[in-house]
Amino acid sequence: MSAPEPTAISPIFGRLTLDVLPLHEPIVVATFIAVVIGGAAVLALITKFKLWGMLWNDWFTSVDHKKIGIMYMVLGLVMFLRGFADAIMMRLQQVMGFNGSEGYLNAHHYDQIFTAHGVIMIFFVAMPFVTGLMNYLVPLQIGARDVSFPFLNNFSFWMTTAGAVLVMMSLFVGEFAQTGWLAYPPLSGIAYSPASGVDYYIWALQIAGVGTTLSGINLIVTIIKLRAPGMSLMRMPVFTWTSLCTNVLIVASFPVLTGVLLLLSLDRYVGTNFFTNDFGGSPMMYVNLIWIWGHPEVYILILPLFGVFSEITATFSGKRLFGYTSMVYATVVITILSYVVWLHHFFTMGSGASVNSFFGITTMVISIPTGAKLFNWLFTMYRGRIRFDLPMMWTVAFMLTFVVGGMTGVLLAVPPADFVLHNSLFLIAHFHNVIIGGVLFGLFAAINFWWPKAFGFKLDMFWGKISFWCWVVGFWLAFMPLYVLGLMGVTRRMRVFDDPSLQIWFIIAGIGAVIIAAGIGAMLVQFAVSIWKRNELRDETGDPWNGRTLEWATSSPPPDYNFAFTPVVHGLDAWHEMKQAGVKRPLDGFRAIHMPKNTGTGVVLAALSLVCGFALIWYMWWLAILSFVGLVGYAIYHTFNYKRDFHIPVETVAETEAARTRQLATVGA
Amino acid sequence: MSSTSTPAELTAHYYDLHEHDHPEGGSTMLGFWIYLMSDCLIFAILFAAYAVLGGNLAAGPGPQDLFDLPLVALNTAMLLFSSITYGFAMLAMVRGDKQKVLLWLAITGLFGLAFLSIELYEFHHLIHVGATPQRSAFLSAFFTLVGTHGLHVTFGLIWLVTLMVQVNRFGLKPANQRRLMCLSLFWHFLDVIWIGVFTFVYLMGMLR
Repeated sequence: MSAPEPTAISPIFGRLTLDVLPLHEPIVVATFIAVVIGGAAVLALITKFKLWGMLWNDWFTSVDHKKIGIMYMVLGLVMFLRGFADAIMMRLQQVMGFNGSEGYLNAHHYDQIFTAHGVIMIFFVAMPFVTGLMNYLVPLQIGARDVSFPFLNNFSFWMTTAGAVLVMMSLFVGEFAQTGWLAYPPLSGIAYSPASGVDYYIWALQIAGVGTTLSGINLIVTIIKLRAPGMSLMRMPVFTWTSLCTNVLIVASFPVLTGVLLLLSLDRYVGTNFFTNDFGGSPMMYVNLIWIWGHPEVYILILPLFGVFSEITATFSGKRLFGYTSMVYATVVITILSYVVWLHHFFTMGSGASVNSFFGITTMVISIPTGAKLFNWLFTMYRGRIRFDLPMMWTVAFMLTFVVGGMTGVLLAVPPADFVLHNSLFLIAHFHNVIIGGVLFGLFAAINFWWPKAFGFKLDMFWGKISFWCWVVGFWLAFMPLYVLGLMGVTRRMRVFDDPSLQIWFIIAGIGAVIIAAGIGAMLVQFAVSIWKRNELRDETGDPWNGRTLEWATSSPPPDYNFAFTPVVHGLDAWHEMKQAGVKRPLDGFRAIHMPKNTGTGVVLAALSLVCGFALIWYMWWLAILSFVGLVGYAIYHTFNYKRDFHIPVETVAETEAARTRQLATVGA
Repeated sequence: MSSTSTPAELTAHYYDLHEHDHPEGGSTMLGFWIYLMSDCLIFAILFAAYAVLGGNLAAGPGPQDLFDLPLVALNTAMLLFSSITYGFAMLAMVRGDKQKVLLWLAITGLFGLAFLSIELYEFHHLIHVGATPQRSAFLSAFFTLVGTHGLHVTFGLIWLVTLMVQVNRFGLKPANQRRLMCLSLFWHFLDVIWIGVFTFVYLMGMLR
C-alpha cells in the first residue's frame, strides 16, 4: 500500500486548505452558524458576569474529584445532545429514503453521521458519564478526601475533553470518518479513506484514551489504598465494587485500543502493512484486536450502572441488598468472562465451528451472573417498603427493558442465528436495548439519586416523570420496529431502500425518536426548573433518601475535604449502621486537613495534545513536532514544582462544620 | 458496640478522631506498577501482531536474511548492563550517597545511549538493503515492535536526564527517591520486554 500522496501538501498548512471547509453542505453551514452564534453568546455572558476567574480557579484547574466528576457529567451531557442530533437525522433520512427518494442526506454526509453517532455516544457520552459518576462517588463512598492522584485526575478529564473537541472540529474543518464506529480496515486504510476523516477518528480516540487509561489507574489505586479504616473489600458498597471492576477492565483493555489504533495510524501515515490487503497484511487481525478492547468496553459501560441499581434498589426498598456476596462475585465473573467472548462480534469471519462454539458458549455463560444480579435486585424489592421516587422508577424501567435486550443478546450468541442476523437492524435494536435500557436509564437513575448530594437540592418530580415516560415509551417505539426489520433481513447503515413495505416500520421508529427527543427536552426543563425552585427542593440533611452508604454521611454538597473526620467502618452499609446506632458527628477537636493544590498544568498539556492531534490530521509536521516537544517540555517543567499540597486551616474546618451544625439544627437532626 | 456506650464513646468508635496526614506519595508505586502493566499490554498487542504477521514475508527478505545475531547480542548486553548499573544507583540512593547515584545514573544513560545507537544502526542497515517497514507485514510488525521498545528507551533517557538534574539540584529528598524508584521499575520493565523481543523475534526468527 502506498503512502499518502505527496501532492498539494504545503509545508506550513499541510493538506489544510479552504476547500476542506464543508461550504457545499447547507446543513453543516447552518449548524456552524448556529454554533458560532450560540458559542459567542455563552462567551459573552461569561464575560459580562465576570465568570472567567471563577471558572478557571474553581473548576478548570480544580483537582477536587467532586468538581472533576461534575465537569465529566457536563461534557457527557453536551456531547449527548450532539450524538442525539445525529441519531434523529438518521431516523429522518431512513423515513424519507423510499420510493426512489434520496432523502435529504447524501451518502458522504450520512456515512459520517452514523460513524459520528456511534463514536460520540460510546466515547464521549457514555464514557464521560460513567467516569464522572465514579469520580464523584467513589472517594465519598470509601470515606476518602480525594482520589490517589488528584492532578492526574484533572489531566485525564482535559484529555477526554480534548478528544471531544477534536471530534467536534471535524464537523466544520474537513470531515469525519465514513467507516462505522470501529473503522474496520481496509475501508479505513489510506487507499479507501484518503481524507482527514479517519485521522480525526484516530487522534480523537488516542488523546481521549490517554485520559481514560490514566483515570482507570487512578481509581483502582484510590479504591485499593484510600478506603476508610475498617472497610475491608467485602464491606465496600456495591457501586465501589463495580467501579473497581470497571477500572480494572479499563486498564486492561484501553491499551489494546491504543495499540491497534497505533498500528492503523502507521498503516495510514507510514505505509506499513498491518491491515492492508496486500504485502501480507491482515484486516481481520484489526477486527479481532479492536473487539478484544470492544467487548470489555461494553462491560466498562454497564458495570458501574449495575452498582447504581444495587444502591438504589436497596435504598428505596428500605432493606439491605439481597445477596451482597453473590453480587460481588457476579461482578467479578463478568469482568473475567468479558475477555473471552470477543469473537461473537464476527462469527461470520469463518473461523470454523469449534471456535464459534467456544465463543457462543462463553457468551451465553455471561448471562448467568447477569441473571443472578437481576434476581438479587428482585429479591431486594421483595417484601420491601418500596418508594417509587424517580431513581426507583428508572431502575424498574431498566429491569423490564434490559432483560429483553439481554435475551436478544443470547439469541445472537447462537452462531447459526448470528449468521442470519449479523449486521442487521436486529443487532442494532439489541445493543440499543441494552445500552439505552441499561447504561442510559442507569445514568438517569443515578443523576436523580445523587443530584441532591452534589447540589443540595432534589430534582423536580413533575418534569422528571414526564421525561421518564417519554423516554421509556419513546425507546420501545423507536427500537422494537428495528427488531422486526432485522428479522426481515434489513442490514444496518442503509441510506435508501427499494422495498416500500418497510417504510411503515421506519416511520414508527422515527416517531419513537421524536418522543425520546421530548424526553430529553423534559429532562433539560427538569434541570432548569429544579435550579429555579432550588429553595423549595432544598435538602438540609445531606441524606434525603435515607441512604445507606457513606456519601450520605456528609453535607450536601460535601465540603472540599469531604469528611472532617474519617469515618470508621464496622460493617456493610456503614452509614445505615451509624444511624441505627445513633452516632453523633464530632463537634470539636478538628484538625487542619492536608489537601492537594489546584494546577493549570492539565489544561495546558491537554491543549498541546489537541494542537498536536490537529497538526497530525492535517500533515502540518512542523506544528506536530513543535507541540509534541512543548508537551514533553511542559510535563518536565511541571515536575520541578515540588510544592503541590497545602493544609486547610483548622479554623476553616471548624467554621464549615459549625455551619453544618446550624444547618442540621434547622431540620431538627 | 454495646448499648450502654456513651455518645462520646460511640463517636470515637465510628470516627477516626486522631487521624494524621497521609504520607505523601503513598500510592505512587502501586499506581506506577499498574501503569507499567497497561504499557505491557501495548507490547502484548505488538507481540501478537508479530506472531500473526511475522511469517508473511510477501516474497521479501526474512529474519535469516536480515538479522545479525552477534550485533543483537551486543545490544542486549548493553541493555542488561544498564539494568545492573541502575541497580547500583539505587543501592547508592539507599546509602544516601548523592554523588554515586549521579555517577551510576550517568553510566546507565551511556549504556542506554549505546543500545539506541546500535538499534538505529541496525534499522539504518535494514532500510539500506531494502528491508523497509513498508516491504512486508513481517517487517511492519518487526519495526513497530522493536521501534516502540526503542522509543520507550528514548523516553526513559529523557526522564533519566531530568532526574539527574533534579537529584543534583534538590538532593535525594523523598519525592526524588520515589521518582528514582519509578524510573527503576520502568527501566527494568524495558529490560524484561527486550528479553522477550530478543527471544521471540531474533532467536526464534533465526530458527524459523
